[in-house]
Amino acid sequence: MTTRYAPPSMYRSREGVGVWEHRGKVAAVGVGHSPTERRWDERPETSVGAWSIMALRNAIADAGITPDQVDGLVIVPETTTGAFWPEDKALPQDVIEAFVQTNDPLDGIAKLSVDWLLKNMPELTNINYSLYAPVCMSNALNVAAQVVGDGLAHTVLVLKAWHNLQGRYYQGGQNAQDAIGGTSAMRSLWGAPACYGTALQFAEYCHKYNKNHDMMTPFIINSRRNGLMFPEGYWAQHRPEELTDEDYQLARWIAKPANLFDNDIPIMCAASYLFTTAERAKDMKQKPVYILNHADSDAVPRGLTPTLDEVEAECALTGRKIYEGAGITAADLSFENMYDGFTQFHQFHIEGLGYRGIGFGDALDFYQTDISIEGSNPVSPSGGNIGSGRSRFWMHTDSIQQLQGRAGGRQITGVDAEIGVSGGPMPLGGNYTVWSATPD
Amino acid sequence: MKQGVIPDQFTAPFWSAANESKLVIQNCSKCDRLQHPPAQECGQCKSGTNLEWKEMSGKGRIYNYGVVHDCPIRLLQDDQPFNVAVVMLDDDPGIQMYSHLPGTPADEVPVGAEVRVVFEETANGQKVPEWKVVT
Repeated sequence: MTTRYAPPSMYRSREGVGVWEHRGKVAAVGVGHSPTERRWDERPETSVGAWSIMALRNAIADAGITPDQVDGLVIVPETTTGAFWPEDKALPQDVIEAFVQTNDPLDGIAKLSVDWLLKNMPELTNINYSLYAPVCMSNALNVAAQVVGDGLAHTVLVLKAWHNLQGRYYQGGQNAQDAIGGTSAMRSLWGAPACYGTALQFAEYCHKYNKNHDMMTPFIINSRRNGLMFPEGYWAQHRPEELTDEDYQLARWIAKPANLFDNDIPIMCAASYLFTTAERAKDMKQKPVYILNHADSDAVPRGLTPTLDEVEAECALTGRKIYEGAGITAADLSFENMYDGFTQFHQFHIEGLGYRGIGFGDALDFYQTDISIEGSNPVSPSGGNIGSGRSRFWMHTDSIQQLQGRAGGRQITGVDAEIGVSGGPMPLGGNYTVWSATPD
Repeated sequence: MKQGVIPDQFTAPFWSAANESKLVIQNCSKCDRLQHPPAQECGQCKSGTNLEWKEMSGKGRIYNYGVVHDCPIRLLQDDQPFNVAVVMLDDDPGIQMYSHLPGTPADEVPVGAEVRVVFEETANGQKVPEWKVVT
């Protein structure tokens, strides 16, 4: 099967295009996860391919359908956390022999194709439509919603998986070389780590609104707390450690003003969701969660890194697109699960949404109020990447589970779970989904 | 010490100019619009046929900065912590360049201060634009 990347026409990038034509007609039903691990131990059964298969099978089982009922796949082919298989290192032979191979030996180890999945999941006998979405689950969800809404496939599995290899991330490859190419050098020669751009925006934010880094503390504590109630997550599974104010405020800097706990921990994991039509979802095992809208931010900064003005303008635009397409207002949101990995993204996203009436410059004061799952203003009930490791999909799982009433210890109790929004990653360059317990 | 730079066909004019202690930035002559980093097409009109290289005044201001304590690049790790500032050019404040701000101690960066371009050798001798605070 030939699979291509989703075309730009599948994304809702513009303002002023009205309510999404498939509002309430597409539903998420099944959720499937793999376990998590910090880094790959190079065993076949813990490879990114094996865990992708596990997540897909878990999503099918969770929805209570048979594999032959699935007719579409939307997956993210990129799986790296920033770790690339070294060119001079042989691939583990037992891994290669454990799976049916494609013509790319890294398939199932450090990347993923639809072809590889179909070769290794013979039970998926009726897949007749597939698309790739770049990088993030958030993007794949937008594509899958449009695929089902447009009738290109009726029952679609969405997949994102991550591999993380031995060694510190981003420390190998060209970063370890004595010289690099001229194009890369334009940006990377100065040695800024991944969180640098966000840290810059946060620095400007603090200066503009007279805020400080310590004011992030309640958000960090809340995120870890919620994450420890996420049984699928890394910290809950491997290091069930609560954070204190001091842990956060005294942590070492990575790129000041972003410290260790402003960064998410790279891990291995996979997740899958089963999307179908609202009509078919009625007969499935789990309560359907209806999609009211999906929205895309495709803005490009003019310079090397977005300015605060660019970030705030784009977040405000994204908020308007989210509400317009869903036919709702900020007052309709029961909760938000916007992206947090780096933590300093989160305030931009929720200010753009106008969540609970906040405006630009208000979020850090809002964090000083009750933002817990027990209160009426829950912030990131998933705990996000900070609460469970870098997946960029906990927020989506949590949104679905909140609206199904099966978020367990994370279930919000201070407000009824009726409508939620999740998505990210970047303020400039992200994808968002509006979820609802009812189709209208 | 910064990594060396191996100019490629696309960016060679920028690096050649740096070796002559000149700062050039890509410009779309049709839109009269500068852009950096350079791209295959103009970010505004999307045409690649009107791109040229334009010499800059070498003057700018510090827009913002961060202090890097955990750098992924091996050759820079001995220099930690160090500043990475964003400089906006006087010729067009929409154009940003990174700088280690040589001579400015880590985390003592005067945001908004005037800076002038200098050219610094990297590990393989290729020169790169850097910026110093005007005192």
